[in-house]
Amino acid sequence: MTQNSSRKRKPGAGRKPNLVPTKAIRLPAPLVDQLLDLKKKGKLGMGEIVPSRTLSSVPLPYFESRVQAGFPSPADDFSEGTLDLNSYLIKHKAATFFVRVTGDSMTGVGIFPGDILIVDRSLPHHSGKIVIAVLNGEMTVKRFKQEGDKIFLCPENDKYPPLSVLEDEDFSIWGVVTNVIHPLS
Amino acid sequence: MSPVFALVDCNAFFVSCEKVFQPALEGKPVIVLSSNDGCAIARSNEAKALGIKMGAPLFKIQDIVKKNHVKVFSSNFSFYGDMSSRVMETLKQFSPSLEIYSIDEAFLDLSSLHEKELFSHGCRIREVVKLWTGIPVGVGIGPTKTLAKVANHLAKKHHLGCCVLIKQEDIEAALKNFLLQDVWGIGSQWSKKLSQLGLNTAWDLAQADPSWIRKTFNIVLARTALELRGIPCLSLEETAPAKKSLISSRSFGKPITSFEVLRESLSFHASSLAQKLRQQGSTTSLLSIFIRTSPFQKNTPYYMNSCAIPLLVPSHDTATLIKAATSGLEKIFKEGAFYKKAGVMALHISLEGRALFSLFEDRDNLAKRKLLFKTLDKLNDRFGKGSLIFASEGFGKTWRSKASLKSASFTQDWNQLPQVE
Repeated sequence: MTQNSSRKRKPGAGRKPNLVPTKAIRLPAPLVDQLLDLKKKGKLGMGEIVPSRTLSSVPLPYFESRVQAGFPSPADDFSEGTLDLNSYLIKHKAATFFVRVTGDSMTGVGIFPGDILIVDRSLPHHSGKIVIAVLNGEMTVKRFKQEGDKIFLCPENDKYPPLSVLEDEDFSIWGVVTNVIHPLS
Repeated sequence: MSPVFALVDCNAFFVSCEKVFQPALEGKPVIVLSSNDGCAIARSNEAKALGIKMGAPLFKIQDIVKKNHVKVFSSNFSFYGDMSSRVMETLKQFSPSLEIYSIDEAFLDLSSLHEKELFSHGCRIREVVKLWTGIPVGVGIGPTKTLAKVANHLAKKHHLGCCVLIKQEDIEAALKNFLLQDVWGIGSQWSKKLSQLGLNTAWDLAQADPSWIRKTFNIVLARTALELRGIPCLSLEETAPAKKSLISSRSFGKPITSFEVLRESLSFHASSLAQKLRQQGSTTSLLSIFIRTSPFQKNTPYYMNSCAIPLLVPSHDTATLIKAATSGLEKIFKEGAFYKKAGVMALHISLEGRALFSLFEDRDNLAKRKLLFKTLDKLNDRFGKGSLIFASEGFGKTWRSKASLKSASFTQDWNQLPQVE
C-alpha cells in the first residue's frame, strides 16, 4: 500500500459545492470509463437532466413542437406564457373572497341570482363602488354612495328604492366587488 | 443594528374566523368546540364575560349556553387553516422575514425600522390584517422574542392592540407588574417553584443571576431570564424544522366495540401519517398505536393499551404503515370494551434517503412505490383530501367524530360560499 503523505485535497473529495443535493453511486470501474467515453461522444444527453422537483408545480408553456423531421415550429422562439385567470382576476390573493348572490336587486349592472362575485377586501371603498356591505348583521351587495355625512346603499333595479343608512344602524363595508362570474346558459 | 421582534397574535382566532362570514355574530357570546364537540377552545369576549373558561367541557357549561343563547360551533379546522394562511400572507408585506409560530401567531423581524416608527408600524399591521382578512390581531414589539410576547400580552389586556417595549424604563415598568406564570415558556409549576425562592414578577427573574438559574433549574429558564433582560437568545425560525414525531388520533362520535371499525380508524390514521411523512420528506422506523375506552364512563371498566411496532425498513409507504398498525391492533384488541379513542404515532423519524437499505429490499420495487405514492398525493391534492384512499380505511367512517355544529366551508367549496342578497 502506498502512503499518501501529501495534504492536498484529493480531486473530487469532500462535499460538492452544489445547490442541488447530490448523490454518490458506486459503479464497476470499467463502466465508468465507458460512461465517460459515451459522454465525450455526446451520446449521453446530460443537458436534459433537470431536477424534477423544482418544475413539478410550475405551469409552463409547451415549447417543443413534436416535429422530428422537417422544419421546427417558428413559434417556439416566441412563446410568451399561458394565460392564468387567477392572476387576471385576483390582485390580492390573501384579501380576495368569493360570495354567491341570492337576490335580484343588482340586475341593472349584470349581477343576477346565482352569480358568483369576486370581492377584494383590501381595496378602498370610494363612493360609487359596488360593495358587499354589512347592515345589521346581514351581508348585502349594493352600490355604495356617500353624500356629505349621509350614506346610501343603492340597488340597481327599479323595483327597489335606495336605502339610507341611519346613524344608529350597525353598518360596515365588508369588501369591494371587482368582478361577476355569470354563466350563460 | 439591534434586533427587534414583533409578535402578531390573532384574537380568539377560531371565533374571529366564524365572525368574518357571519357578521350577525358580532357582539354575541360565541364559542368553538374542540374536535368531537368536547370542550370550548375559543371564546368571544362576550362568552368570556359569562365565565366560560378555556377548555371547559360542553356538558358542564350547558346551562350558561342555554340561558344566554351562546352560539356554539364545532371546529372547522380546514376553514381556519385557510384563514390562517391568508393572515400570514398578509403579514409578509410588513417584514422581510417571518416565523409562523402557530396557526394564529407569527413572529416578524422589524430590525430595519427606527425605534420611533415601531408603534405606528404595529398599528398599521393591525389595520391591514383586519381590513384584508377580517381577523383582529394584537401586536407586541420588543428586543427579544420573549419581550415581544410580554408586549403582546399587554397589548391585548389594555385593549390598545399594540404595545412597544423597547426603552429600558418601559421594559422595567412592564416587567415589575408582570406575573411569572404569564411569561412565555414558564408554566404554573415553575412559577410556583420560583415563587418559593422569592421570585414573583418577570422583573425578579430578569434580575436574577443567569448562572444561578442555570444551576438551580436549567438552560431553558436561564435563556428566558436573559431574554427578559433584552438579550436575544432565540432567533427567527423561518423554515419549520421537520417534526421529530407525528401523531394522528381522534375520539369517536360514539363508542366502538368492533375490531373492524377500530381497524378502519387506525388505517385512516396510519394513512394520514404516511402522507405527512412523505410531505416533509422523512420516514419512520417505529410506529406506535393506542386504543382506549372513556375514562369518564363509570359503569364499564377502563381499558387502555398501546403497542409499538418496529419497521424492518424505515418507511412512509401507506400500505406498510397500515399493515403495521393492524398487526399492533391484533395484539392489544380486547373484546367487549367500548372504545372511545384510537390513534397512531410515528416515532424515530429520519430524513428520507438517510436510512440504510435492507439487504432484502427490492430496490426496483421501491422506486415504483415512490412513484405510486407521488401520484396518489398529487391526485388527493388536486381532487381534495380523501379522493383516493386505501380500502382498509373504510368508506362509511362510522367512527367519525361528532361535528354537528360545523359552519360552512366558506372559502373552500363552491357550493358553500357565503350568500349575499
